[in-house]
Amino acid sequence: MSTLNQLTISALSTRLNHREVSAREAMTSCLDRIHQVDGDVHAFLSIDEADALAQADAADHAIANGEGPQRPLLGVPIAIKDVLAVRNQPLGCASKILAGYRSPFDATVIEKIKAAGAIVFGRLNMDEFAMGSSTENSAFVTTRNPWDLSRIPGGSSGGSAAAVAADECFASLGSDTGGSIRQPAALCGCVGLKPTYGRVSRYGLVAFASSLDQIGPFTKDVHDSALLLNILSGLDPRDSTSVPEPVPDYTKALDGNIKGLKIGLPKEYMIGGLDPEVKSAVRTAVDQLQKLGAEVVEISLPHTDYAAATYYIIAPAEASANLARFDGIRYGTRVDASDPLELYSRTRGAGFGPEVKRRIILGTYVLSSGYYDAFYLRAQKVRTLIREDFLKAFKTVDAIVTPTTPTAAFKVGEKSDDPLQMYLSDIFTISCNLAGICGLSLPCGFTKDPQLPIGLQLLGKPFGEETILKLAHAYEQANPWHHQKPLLR
Amino acid sequence: MAAVEIDVKYVAHLARVTLTSEESQRLGAQLGNILGFIEKLNEVDVSQVEPTAHAVPLVNVTRPDEIRPSLPQGDALRNAPAKANGLFMVPKIVE
Repeated sequence: MSTLNQLTISALSTRLNHREVSAREAMTSCLDRIHQVDGDVHAFLSIDEADALAQADAADHAIANGEGPQRPLLGVPIAIKDVLAVRNQPLGCASKILAGYRSPFDATVIEKIKAAGAIVFGRLNMDEFAMGSSTENSAFVTTRNPWDLSRIPGGSSGGSAAAVAADECFASLGSDTGGSIRQPAALCGCVGLKPTYGRVSRYGLVAFASSLDQIGPFTKDVHDSALLLNILSGLDPRDSTSVPEPVPDYTKALDGNIKGLKIGLPKEYMIGGLDPEVKSAVRTAVDQLQKLGAEVVEISLPHTDYAAATYYIIAPAEASANLARFDGIRYGTRVDASDPLELYSRTRGAGFGPEVKRRIILGTYVLSSGYYDAFYLRAQKVRTLIREDFLKAFKTVDAIVTPTTPTAAFKVGEKSDDPLQMYLSDIFTISCNLAGICGLSLPCGFTKDPQLPIGLQLLGKPFGEETILKLAHAYEQANPWHHQKPLLR
Repeated sequence: MAAVEIDVKYVAHLARVTLTSEESQRLGAQLGNILGFIEKLNEVDVSQVEPTAHAVPLVNVTRPDEIRPSLPQGDALRNAPAKANGLFMVPKIVE
């Protein structure tokens, strides 16, 4: 028997529209759950409860007016990563440098989910400026994995994944630059989707690496992921990199019929560092997909081994330019000094945490005179080769299947002293962003002792979200791992 | 993988980030390791390859040059650490 806060968006919507529950009850069920477990999980940095309940009451009015059928998220509480602008709410990127900042406007994705009726609430914890894989780089708190509180939830969108896994909200939004949606979704056991670059407007997303960042949903099942993608997608004149590609109804693709779809299994992903339990869960999932009618072939993505090195040039380079705006002049913390240069340096020295400084300095270095060609330009060329690997593979297959992460969730503190080891926890998710394609992670089983979720990654062609959602849905129907819930008290 | 020497102080100056000497030292060692790892890209033959700056090949995205509503001055200044007369306050720049 599910409690209200455990429902999927679609199950909640049905009940709301049948007046079996009110939006206020739905919102209250999340707040109750947060009071009960978030002192342990720490998914949220802050919540404006009065505002959330006021939105719920407004949703109940709209439902009474019969607006439910036209507004697919009416009365559905959705929580937001602390990197997206929500008008009059704090926006801090889990950084001290943005202390006290409140957004003067809504991000496009926030406008869209508000228009669809969502109750937009809460600020979810993350690695500072989305740089990290564990939320340990948050300036405030480390979010804990709901399946084992001694372990990390993944990152950077760790709060978004943990909040959904712990049923503190019905869905959440996050951002993915090198795996920051898919990796925490895998480690917490929910569905995380990184859309194709350009599918979703980035307006109102604090930029980390502009050529890699995408916004995407965390949900309890694949259908909800498709439902949210319907709403988030589309061209936006305020983001010149959003693409004028038509937006289909992604839920229509979820027909269970995957007969004849061709899935590629890249041999480069079954590497030495891959945990045996993860490997075996993924193998079993691939067999399942085959039984459901998909055709499985081995493929090669020969430049896989260079993806992490390429990413850790390009992402810090773009970050060093993007984060130049945090200089203590127009917003955020300011550390005073007698001249502007000293003011910038002191403000940034005091306001940024260690990982952000590390990446800004690495990015500045690879872009600096004398090193640009050797590092940055070379990385951009290898990026071309990585992208070509995928485009070539997609000439023969409809989707690619891999593990989302090499291991299940690791312990808090296990990798925090060694940035390079932390970077390598993202090796399976990074290529997708470099190639600009779409990717999704969904649960495909658990490790035995302790019981921790394992994620299956499906990678699709540019604007091939329908195919990966269709495959994920068919797999999920046959293997309802998502019905298992963490044993949080 | 070889550790690479990097002049952290100089790069931090370019990046406008004040570091303590302890931070500089730690970063130097960590960045050396990371750059050593990154050097593996030298194995790849890129002589015939064009660079990718963006994965989606959009070109010349324009919009009509029309006046549209924008952020009101008060909203733009709301988060400023120091402001006066509708402007951002900064330290003296010209002697």
